[in-house]
Amino acid sequence: MIRSFFSHQFAKVQEINRKYAKPNVEMSRWVKSSLLFLRLYLILLVCLLLYKFITLL
Amino acid sequence: MFSISNIYYEFRRIWKAISLFFILSGPGLVVMIADNDAGGITTYAATGAKYGYHLIWFLVLLVPVAYYVQEMTVRLGAVTKRGHGEAIFAGFGAFWGWFSLIDLMIVNWLTLVTEFIGMTSALRIFGVPPWLTVIVVCIVMLIMVVQGNYWTWEKIAILFCAVNLIYIPGAFMVNPSVHDVIHSGFMPHMPPGGFTNDLFFFIMANIGTTIAPWMLFFQQSAVVDKGTKEKDIPWGKVDTFVGSVITVVVAIFIVIVTGTILPGVDVDDAAQASLMLMKTNKYAGTFMAIGLFDAGFLGAICISLASSWAFGEVFGWAHSLNNKIREAPWFYGSYFLSLITAGCVVLIPKAPLVLITLFVQVVAVTLLPAALVFLILLLNNKKTMGEYTNTLWQNIVTSIIVVVIVILSTLYGISALFPNLFK
Repeated sequence: MIRSFFSHQFAKVQEINRKYAKPNVEMSRWVKSSLLFLRLYLILLVCLLLYKFITLL
Repeated sequence: MFSISNIYYEFRRIWKAISLFFILSGPGLVVMIADNDAGGITTYAATGAKYGYHLIWFLVLLVPVAYYVQEMTVRLGAVTKRGHGEAIFAGFGAFWGWFSLIDLMIVNWLTLVTEFIGMTSALRIFGVPPWLTVIVVCIVMLIMVVQGNYWTWEKIAILFCAVNLIYIPGAFMVNPSVHDVIHSGFMPHMPPGGFTNDLFFFIMANIGTTIAPWMLFFQQSAVVDKGTKEKDIPWGKVDTFVGSVITVVVAIFIVIVTGTILPGVDVDDAAQASLMLMKTNKYAGTFMAIGLFDAGFLGAICISLASSWAFGEVFGWAHSLNNKIREAPWFYGSYFLSLITAGCVVLIPKAPLVLITLFVQVVAVTLLPAALVFLILLLNNKKTMGEYTNTLWQNIVTSIIVVVIVILSTLYGISALFPNLFK
């Protein structure tokens, strides 16, 4: 039962990934640079969190 | 005779407009007043105690900040008929969609824990044990949604919003000097002591509580669930504007209460402020505690719904408050699961509640910039937004607001990680 639940959910996630595989916002230079900024911002935050975690240990 | 009929006509016209506003209003009022959640009440109480009335003018500036950001969710929801989670999936693909959804789930659940901390600590003042608070709150929230009607849920939520106004009579009870409030509160100036690290921290905290990620997701989903149409957008804007004014008015009255009774006192949480207020003015302290409970309650109903709506949209489950429980079991199941687990955390002896409160700020800054940037980009997508695309003026205003919010909330989050950075 648990196995069928998880396999069903996994199939659902794959279906969602397929459904939203192609973004419908036009990837202009402005949009691309905004997404790049977000990626760099998140990497910076993750680095800060890791630094805090390591210094706490 | 002519003038009497004219007056009567005008009266009917205004009354009709007011009636229509009360029918169409809701998501904006609820989200904005729920923005003054347990964490927000603590921030305003601490601001008033630390700086007296000197930062009231700064709170006034938060009206357009909150309005311009939340107004975009009204347009996006009414035009696309999609919640924010689904809109991100559709607009930017699965990677950013999953990132936003999972991050939203984590930050909302953690925030929900802080709302329960606020509610239990407020009712503990009246001798109510935390376990009883958690059980009663969960039952009331169950009753609010089981009737399977969005409209009824919204009107009950607005009733709880009205309780949030309790800070207004509370402020009058402490007899503040109106002259001082007007002269040192509403005239923009630097508080005594100048621009210090402490002041910067409080400015960051107040900005940080004005816009939270769940607010964007909640209002857009609520607009969709309510069935708001494109022609209703002007009313949605009025609803949002009225809500943003009320939220700041309530914040100002909290600052007046603690600024009058507890000047110079370091306030760590609103429940502590309530107890201190009770020593000077029993009723003001009681009102503060009731308001804190109500703030936590409002925050909890909105936050748990924001997550359930987002999951329902993406996974394709039935996800409307107009559905009965048997019609939307996953939607209501996730709603109760998040509520009950968050409530149970508060009941765990020696649970790291302070750490959770700090962690909320850190996790929130991983989602807020992304959600805000996506919001502006989606509002500039002519293909879906048509005539409701952001104008140049709206882009300039919202971009400035978003940049300021991102910088200050990020610094606020970092200050939670490294407390001595701004000291």
